[in-house]
Amino acid sequence: MSDKKSLLDKFSVGQVWTSIFRGGGVPKSRRQRMMVVLNSVFLHLHPVRLPKHAVKLKFTWCMGGLSFFIFLILTISGILLMFYYRPTIEYAYTDMIDLSEQVPFGIMREIHRWGAHAMVITVWLHMFRVFMTGSYKPPREFNWAIGVILLVLTLLLSFTGYLLPWDQLAIWAIAVGSNMAGATPFLGAEGPGSALLAIGDINFISKVSDARFGLIGGRFLGEATLLRFYVLHCIGLPFIIMIFMAVHFWRIRKDGGISTPV
Amino acid sequence: MPKAKDKKTVTITPSSPPPAALNKAESGEEVSRRSFFSWLSIGWVAFIAATGGYFTMMLRFFFPNVLFEPVQTFRAGFPDDYTKGQVDLRWKEKFGVWMIRNDEGLYALSTVCTHLGCTPNWQPTAKKFKCPCHGSGFRMTGIHFEGPAPRPLERFKITLADDGEIIVDKNQKYQQEKGQWTDPEAFLKV
Repeated sequence: MSDKKSLLDKFSVGQVWTSIFRGGGVPKSRRQRMMVVLNSVFLHLHPVRLPKHAVKLKFTWCMGGLSFFIFLILTISGILLMFYYRPTIEYAYTDMIDLSEQVPFGIMREIHRWGAHAMVITVWLHMFRVFMTGSYKPPREFNWAIGVILLVLTLLLSFTGYLLPWDQLAIWAIAVGSNMAGATPFLGAEGPGSALLAIGDINFISKVSDARFGLIGGRFLGEATLLRFYVLHCIGLPFIIMIFMAVHFWRIRKDGGISTPV
Repeated sequence: MPKAKDKKTVTITPSSPPPAALNKAESGEEVSRRSFFSWLSIGWVAFIAATGGYFTMMLRFFFPNVLFEPVQTFRAGFPDDYTKGQVDLRWKEKFGVWMIRNDEGLYALSTVCTHLGCTPNWQPTAKKFKCPCHGSGFRMTGIHFEGPAPRPLERFKITLADDGEIIVDKNQKYQQEKGQWTDPEAFLKV
């Protein structure tokens, strides 16, 4: 190397660069490259160093990464849909039709819908791969548990999103789902043991105080249900799943990176 | 161990005139280890109680006191408005109820098919309710006799108001297979 510096080298010692990327300068050594990863809030969730044989497509199927990628697609397309969709009985269905037929790029709704299907599949395949490669074993058993929670959250996101088109399929699917909540042991009015939670004649678990009621916000599917599912689908569950995803990715690094083939 | 003993109390010996806040320590009101821990535990208990209280509030928040749902009770006119031996369709669209009068009285039948929740049609010539979705058939009584429906149609609570008008309450349903059709409020004797 002569004293002739590249443009990147010149820029990378300036204040703008060094204020954004801690450490400063273009990383030259292995240690510097490592520090770049550790000093970035986004990159630090990721392992600094990956064993080559552990990222073989044949071994990982890339299903975890694909799940996260699809989650990002769903987040972006979902936010876009929110600009047109109104969660009321009067407008929900027609807004959904409007989104796919009149709004420019009606495929946006299909991207969101197919993405949701795809994410369930990739999450499931990811779980299958982790199981078949024994990657759930110590020290990764805690991360497996986090993964199970992420699977449940993915399914709950699908369940809550299912109602939003407010068509026959949606209503009857949620009718079945919420009736299942009504059959929860102890906490559902129709479930076994619910009569035990009572003092004298006062039932704590009745049609207006059981799990089904809390889920759908009333005695019947209606305006309250749609709003409740909308808020859960757009804010509540994504908020929770992002916290668990952060822990999940961070634990991969902490538990020694992606497991390697035996 | 004089050193450890010294650690117990915080004594500040200022060289210059002490600030007001530090005067406590000088006047012997220093925080002892025992009282520090008892205050600490009170603090923790209060914090846990407050957090638990808030979570209880969050849970209760999801159970509203007032519901903005369609009314489930309606006045269905007088018994004489209904002809004997006929299925009356006037409340089908609005409330999902068939009013049926026979020789003994009246009953209010739910229009929800017990198979998958479609709405069957009354066929006057065949004298049966026929579901268009999967072909379940019900007699005028509501008893199922063909198709995939696993149980009879449900009946609703039917009573007379003080002025003699019929009141149908859809909150209360009566199922034949549970032996509830014999309930006095499942059938209005006229």
